[in-house]
Amino acid sequence: MTNAGFILGSYALTFGSIVIFAWRTVKVGKRLSADLSDEDKPWL
Amino acid sequence: MTIDTPPISAATQRRGTSTPATRVIGVLTIAMTIWLGVFGLVLSPADRDQGDAVRIMYVHVPSVWLAYLAFIVTALASGVHLFGRRHSLQADRVAGASAEIGVVFMAVTLVTGMLWGRITWGVYWQWDARLTTTALLFISYIGYLAVRGLEGTREQRARRSAIVGLLAVLEVPLVHWSVKLWRSLHQEATVLGTDLDVSLDGLMLFSLFVGVVAFTLLFIWLLLHRSRMLTMIDLSAESGLNAALAQRRAEGGVSL
Amino acid sequence: MSSSGRIQVARAVLSKDLQIERRSKVLTSQIIPFAVVTLVLFAFALDGDAILQRTAPGLVWLAMLFSSMIIVQRSFAVETSDGALDALRVAGADMSAVFWGKWLALVIQLLVLELVLLAGAIVMFGIELRASGVVLLVTSSISATCGLSAVSTIYAGLASGVRGRESLLPLLVLPVASPVLIGATRAAEAAFGTGGTVVSEGWPWVGVLSVFAVVFSFGGSLAFGPLIDD
Repeated sequence: MTNAGFILGSYALTFGSIVIFAWRTVKVGKRLSADLSDEDKPWL
Repeated sequence: MTIDTPPISAATQRRGTSTPATRVIGVLTIAMTIWLGVFGLVLSPADRDQGDAVRIMYVHVPSVWLAYLAFIVTALASGVHLFGRRHSLQADRVAGASAEIGVVFMAVTLVTGMLWGRITWGVYWQWDARLTTTALLFISYIGYLAVRGLEGTREQRARRSAIVGLLAVLEVPLVHWSVKLWRSLHQEATVLGTDLDVSLDGLMLFSLFVGVVAFTLLFIWLLLHRSRMLTMIDLSAESGLNAALAQRRAEGGVSL
Repeated sequence: MSSSGRIQVARAVLSKDLQIERRSKVLTSQIIPFAVVTLVLFAFALDGDAILQRTAPGLVWLAMLFSSMIIVQRSFAVETSDGALDALRVAGADMSAVFWGKWLALVIQLLVLELVLLAGAIVMFGIELRASGVVLLVTSSISATCGLSAVSTIYAGLASGVRGRESLLPLLVLPVASPVLIGATRAAEAAFGTGGTVVSEGWPWVGVLSVFAVVFSFGGSLAFGPLIDD
């Protein structure tokens, strides 16, 4: 593969960003969820 | 007055913002993303003109699609908040969550686009209408998120953000049109040659399709989680305020 | 509110803003000197007559954009420091009329600033204005100013009375105002004949600038009520 660094870098950046963003979202959600009762969560 | 602490089950704590539906979407997203990686990096052939650089397109195009989808959802949700009879705060939270997702993916799009440009054009950046509009839109939505963070009552903040969210939609065609007209007057724009539009066929098109589907699922998953997160942030800000008020009253510190 | 009532409100806001300016002389004693200093600094940074002549239209409009941020901040600081906007709202004044009043006051102040900047560029950068370019220059400047004023008024109204607005306003206005910068600069280049351009190349830009001005003026007059109202 030519320009492998650029190509793999693009994939790493994209998937890395997704994983970090998703992980942080879930983590903050869990932390907040611990302080609230179930009736405050309409999605449950 | 007593402040009753809500009973919290261990199951709730573990669950957070996820539900069976988001778990299904999450698993599908992961499966599709792995599939995208395999197709994009291994199975699909190198392009005749672009060579292996075309592989960047399989993550670049889906992320730009996701970013624009997110901004469209922001505008729609802003409209629902502003013109809906209930001025739903839920719509405002969806708009905010969607804009956050959009900004993240816009950043990814810009960087992967530059890497692709460096290989294909030899330069990281070209003053092309599409690139320039995207970059300005990215800055505008950073501004939108800053507006969301401004002080004010919850309703004030929601209305302000909704108006900014809708104004950003006016911006897109005007910026695109003016940059396009500007570049069309310059000769050097055509010298660089290679256009962004490439003819894709067979496996390439399929890889791209896999990417778009994967990222659409990803958007839905992120939007559900993040808008729930924002709901809880609003609630805990409210309950924090109520608790503080109740405490002050109990101390006899405030005479109303 | 009747349409004559609206015009009355707009006129009152306009004359109030201009009167404040007449008394305080902030435009003449602070903002115009700032803009002129910017031009001088451009000359220091871009050493060389040829470069300055080539870039003069862009430099003038950049100086305009930055100076307009200061003017518009001030125009709304006056309103919020003593709750004047709230008072107008409570008094039942039509907010879109208030928008048009503030908009026109800003247009007038910006045009004065522009005149000074253009004269400064002609004198300091040695550019020559062709007789055939005057009409284009005037038309494009007026339409660009109308658009810039509309965008600034909307976003300044939005951020008025909120902490941290000074740093937020440029972030909100500058990306949206970029078509104004592109259009006004290209039109001015055609008017000056910079880089061998001819006057007719400038007219399409007047179209862009006019569309921009119309879209954001009417968008602003619609959005202004809900923005201030609370």
